[in-house]
Amino acid sequence: MTARIGVVTFPGSLDDRDAARAVRIAGAEAVSLWHDDPSLHGVDAVVLPGGFSYGDYLRCGAIARFAPVMETIAAGARDGLPVLGICNGFQILCEAHLLPGALTRNAHLHFRNRDQWLRIESVGTAWTNTYQPGQEILIPVKNGEGRYVADQRTLDELEATGRIVARYVHGNPNGSQRDIAGITNEAGNVVGLMPHPEHAVEALTGPSLDGLGFFTSILKHLVGAPV
Amino acid sequence: MTEWSRATVRPGLGLAAPSETPVNVPDTVAHAAVTPGELQPYAELGLRDDEYERIRQVLGRRPTQSELAMYSIMWSEHCSYKSSKVHLRQFAEKAPRSSRLLAGIGENAGVVQVSDRLAVTFKVESHNHPSFVEPHQGAATGVGGIVRDILAMGARPVAVMDSLRFGAADHPDTARVLPGVVAGIGTYGNCLGLPNIGGEVVFDPCYQGNPLVNALCLGVLPVDRLQNKAAAGPGNVVVLLGAKTGRDGIGGVSVLASATFDDTSAQRRPSVQVGDPFMEKLLVEACLEMYDAQLVVGIQDLGGAGLTCALTETAAAAGTGMRVWLERVPLREPSMEPHEILASESQERMLLIVAPDKLDAVMKTAEKWGVPASAIGEVTGPEAGAAAGRLVITWYGHTVVDVPPGSLVDDGPVYARPMREPADLILLQADRAETLARPATPEALRETVLRMIASPNLCDRTWITEQYDRYVLGNTVLAQPEDAGVVRIDEETGLGVAISVDGNGRYTRLDPYHGAKLALAEAYRNVAVTGARPVAVTDCLNFGSPEDPAVMWQFAEAVRGLADGCAELGIPVTGGNVSFYNQTGAAAIHPTPVVGVLGVLDDVTQRVPMGFARTTGADHDLIFLLGETRVELSGSEWAWVVHGHLGGVPPRVDLAAERALAELIADAARVGHLRSAHDLSDGGLAQALVESILRYGVGARIALPEGFTTGSMPFVFLFSESAARALVTVPRGHEKAFTALCVERGVPWTLIGVTDAAGGVLEVRGQFTIGLDELRAAYRGTLPALFDTTTPPSVAPAP
Repeated sequence: MTARIGVVTFPGSLDDRDAARAVRIAGAEAVSLWHDDPSLHGVDAVVLPGGFSYGDYLRCGAIARFAPVMETIAAGARDGLPVLGICNGFQILCEAHLLPGALTRNAHLHFRNRDQWLRIESVGTAWTNTYQPGQEILIPVKNGEGRYVADQRTLDELEATGRIVARYVHGNPNGSQRDIAGITNEAGNVVGLMPHPEHAVEALTGPSLDGLGFFTSILKHLVGAPV
Repeated sequence: MTEWSRATVRPGLGLAAPSETPVNVPDTVAHAAVTPGELQPYAELGLRDDEYERIRQVLGRRPTQSELAMYSIMWSEHCSYKSSKVHLRQFAEKAPRSSRLLAGIGENAGVVQVSDRLAVTFKVESHNHPSFVEPHQGAATGVGGIVRDILAMGARPVAVMDSLRFGAADHPDTARVLPGVVAGIGTYGNCLGLPNIGGEVVFDPCYQGNPLVNALCLGVLPVDRLQNKAAAGPGNVVVLLGAKTGRDGIGGVSVLASATFDDTSAQRRPSVQVGDPFMEKLLVEACLEMYDAQLVVGIQDLGGAGLTCALTETAAAAGTGMRVWLERVPLREPSMEPHEILASESQERMLLIVAPDKLDAVMKTAEKWGVPASAIGEVTGPEAGAAAGRLVITWYGHTVVDVPPGSLVDDGPVYARPMREPADLILLQADRAETLARPATPEALRETVLRMIASPNLCDRTWITEQYDRYVLGNTVLAQPEDAGVVRIDEETGLGVAISVDGNGRYTRLDPYHGAKLALAEAYRNVAVTGARPVAVTDCLNFGSPEDPAVMWQFAEAVRGLADGCAELGIPVTGGNVSFYNQTGAAAIHPTPVVGVLGVLDDVTQRVPMGFARTTGADHDLIFLLGETRVELSGSEWAWVVHGHLGGVPPRVDLAAERALAELIADAARVGHLRSAHDLSDGGLAQALVESILRYGVGARIALPEGFTTGSMPFVFLFSESAARALVTVPRGHEKAFTALCVERGVPWTLIGVTDAAGGVLEVRGQFTIGLDELRAAYRGTLPALFDTTTPPSVAPAP
């Protein structure tokens, strides 16, 4: 039986179809989860996709964290459920305190969409285990509020514990502290990433196939995990 | 409990009980009947004396305040097309018959069938005036409006693009307008989840006080999901779905879009609507779910002229009457009066016609998506007696409107306005750019190349386009800076469509008939170079005041040119819009027809990109120039940038040659002869070469062909803007078959050089060599220097 990966749709989610497509291309089954339904329908892992949940009004991700489905996801994440938050999903994970820090307005104040080089800094997570340490990948970044900030102590701790998952290289697109593009929690099951791996899974539509690794990683993680 | 769920509807309800809420008694039909002499502010609302008189004749009394508001907006230039109608008829009359066309002019957007199962719909529309008064919201709601047009046809919107024109790039007001417009388009489209796949940005002083913001949307629908706007079926319920109605945008179409700008324009800011893309996203999803469940009889978006337009058009389309309880419209501001509610252009609203037994399901779907919905009326039939076939609107029991809906929609005034060729045209055409001093030395030519690629109209657009999401939905195959946007519309079969939108105000100023044809030819060619087959056209006609005979002449000539051109190319105009009054005082903009062409790619994996491909080792692709290069410099970018010159006649149009070129490229793409293809237009061959080189950083070595080697002919070769040309690269081994195909198709070809991935230069033999770094620096620096107020992060190079 193949792994079942849930993709949550909040009102205003935009990249949910893309995330589901990436899950399918990686060989897993994509399961739609609805913001208002607390049930995870038995999925093995969850993707919080990009978009503007609830219009990103108030603050990006601030309203989504209170969605019924998020309560179940937060509880699951603390018990080891693998969760990948992409862009708006990363913002939601920070608002839900599943990850430290916050995503703030880009330093240059513009929404910016470009193909971005990242360096994978940690391959110990549920979502990055098929990459090589230090591997450079090219995937799209697109956000208006993607500048990662945290206090010095948190940043030092993230560095010291190997929880920085990916860093921007060859240019920082939004002014993120220490060029941080993605981080993970202590257990390595929850990952937040600002760029969009789901947009780099097909040669026809993406700048590369480099994003696929996030989705094959979770399959490897699930298959390898003790039953 | 949400607000709308309290609004129950009683099907067949003939009379609403007057509310207990005390209200100011509005100007009622009964009151109007007994106060014929009451003075009404029709002139302030943009109506002429004779138009007001006609309203009184239609109604047999003076209009109420609400009716006057409705007529003034429905009979405005923007809604009634009263000055353009007599000319626009040619689009239908001259259109080639097409069995693909499922819906055409007069619908919210044209619908073209592209496979057994799927159809696409697309349309371009202006939001010029609002975008000058309030750039961010003006442009944002321009996107929102065109998206709802597409949605109303039953389609899922899948991509947007935009054609933008601003004043001089270095004018202080451009620094206000452009960043606002770009951020507005970005905010709305990004938040709505629609990839922005292309468009154009042009600077010219003629647009200083009248920037043009033309937004295009593309949608996809299963053939059997096509919707229409007719309010058919007496007893059916009229549902208003979407945002609450507020005081924004009142008079948008009449006060703003149908009058010339003057010193008081800034005071019209309240006439600009305010957008909420999040609500629009929910509205899109809710509507699509309702279509799929077949819950909707008819649907119409609320755009310009708001509820007035939607109510009258849906009723008129079905020939039915309608009964509306206006107090059931959810309001943002409780103090709003009936005429304001009817005229409001609040965004993110749709009007649905629903069978009574489907009403619950409609309400449930709306609730699921968190979209307010209110049953505000019902369709009436012959049983309505005296009210049969009439639109009757009450406000807490008081009848404020009682009109035949067709009188607002179909019986508006039609004018054959006086036309006269502009007095200066003969002199303008005699002042040819071919007589201007040309660079004649290699050094001067090299300098000209660098100066031209850095000029505002030719430089890199990344500063603008990277503010737009081009990836969302995961089907973008080609996007800016490619010649056309290409999206996959069927993931199983690989079926896709290509779309491009183009215009050239200078050419049209010099010769509106041929200028319009050239705009069509360019959009057609841009679609063709991706390997797609062009199938349909949409247009946005931006002109000055129709009350100026010279402008009216330009308009008539441009429409004639476009209609003739479409007939010659065998592709119909499926819809579009007209924007008049792009004029400040006596100064009109250049006549600017903007043309969008849609093409079909049976297999998107065969699309042809514009950039020279990175080849391995010593392998080179061969560079061919297709088409004929003539000495055609009038109206060119070079004449404008270097000499500040506009005069002469534009390049010759040969639509048969365009057609041959398009067919050649489609055939060659299908059999794998082409590694890249790029259209030649503004800036000529030099511009196309630089763009193809910088796309993937692959250099080229060019040899000047015979006839272009001496004197100023190398310059002509590089900068002439002759039409019906393209730059293509062909992998070695394919050249014989490819050139044989050119001969067969009657397309002139010239082998002009080879790509050179390792060399890192553009070399024109015997003339100059420019390194890629120098080209890149010149090409990329201009817009950030003009519009960036913060330090940009360094551009990411490949490692």
